[in-house]
Amino acid sequence: MLTCKHTTRLLSEALDRPLSGRERLALRLHLVFCRGCRAFRQQIDFLRRASRAFTGHDDRAP
Amino acid sequence: MLDGVARRPAPPLTTRTLPPAMTPTPHAELISGFRPQLLKFARLQLHDDAAAEDAVQEAIEAALKGIDRFAGRSALKTWLFTIVRHKVIDFLRERGRTVQVSSLERDEADMDEAFDALFRENEHWSPLSRPRPWGNPEEALEQQQFWQVFEICLEVLPARTARVFMMREFLGLETDEICTTLALSVSNCNVILHRARAGLRQCLSEGWFGGKAVPC
Repeated sequence: MLTCKHTTRLLSEALDRPLSGRERLALRLHLVFCRGCRAFRQQIDFLRRASRAFTGHDDRAP
Repeated sequence: MLDGVARRPAPPLTTRTLPPAMTPTPHAELISGFRPQLLKFARLQLHDDAAAEDAVQEAIEAALKGIDRFAGRSALKTWLFTIVRHKVIDFLRERGRTVQVSSLERDEADMDEAFDALFRENEHWSPLSRPRPWGNPEEALEQQQFWQVFEICLEVLPARTARVFMMREFLGLETDEICTTLALSVSNCNVILHRARAGLRQCLSEGWFGGKAVPC
């Protein structure tokens, strides 16, 4: 079972490289039970959307 | 300088804002309206005002030449950012390995310590700092003040951490290229990106999305 700390690392890496099947499985299992990490994932995903908006890929810019 | 003034009397204040060569067409006005934003974007990443000015100036000149190709405001803006982005990438590639690291390591260690403090000894979230949902964060994207907080959060990141994050998320470079450009190992790059995301997440949680977590 992944720790939350390790989960945050995998969630971050998932934005930069394809995870292995084993990693994806471990991640999915952890996320089912952990709402803290689910929120963490949503929030770092949001950081990517915000960065895109900030740089004009999206019209809702500052 | 005084001669110039003597030969050509100053026009009335209202028409004096732009030199004759830059008669404000709607396009030119539209483009210069983006200037502060572009400059801010370039400065954040380059930490070099002169280079940022150059990048933005070149982008604006290119945009003025090719203006006819742009139907909408949004397309123009995206394009301007794309040019500035390319200029920034060129500059960073050139400067590459000269990134000064020594003084930054301490800030980075401080950030890691702050992150570790969110967990109990078993490396699961401590109840007080477990991330809580942000509600509907998309709404924040529409708000001017949110972007101010976002920029502050970027600025308080240690310089190298911010640079790697911005190369990845603003410039859209792949991790491999970032590592090569900055002479970092892939795992080091991953660690830095994780640190940046965790730090920004925490900063936005506290600065925008409703303060510290409360126990549930």
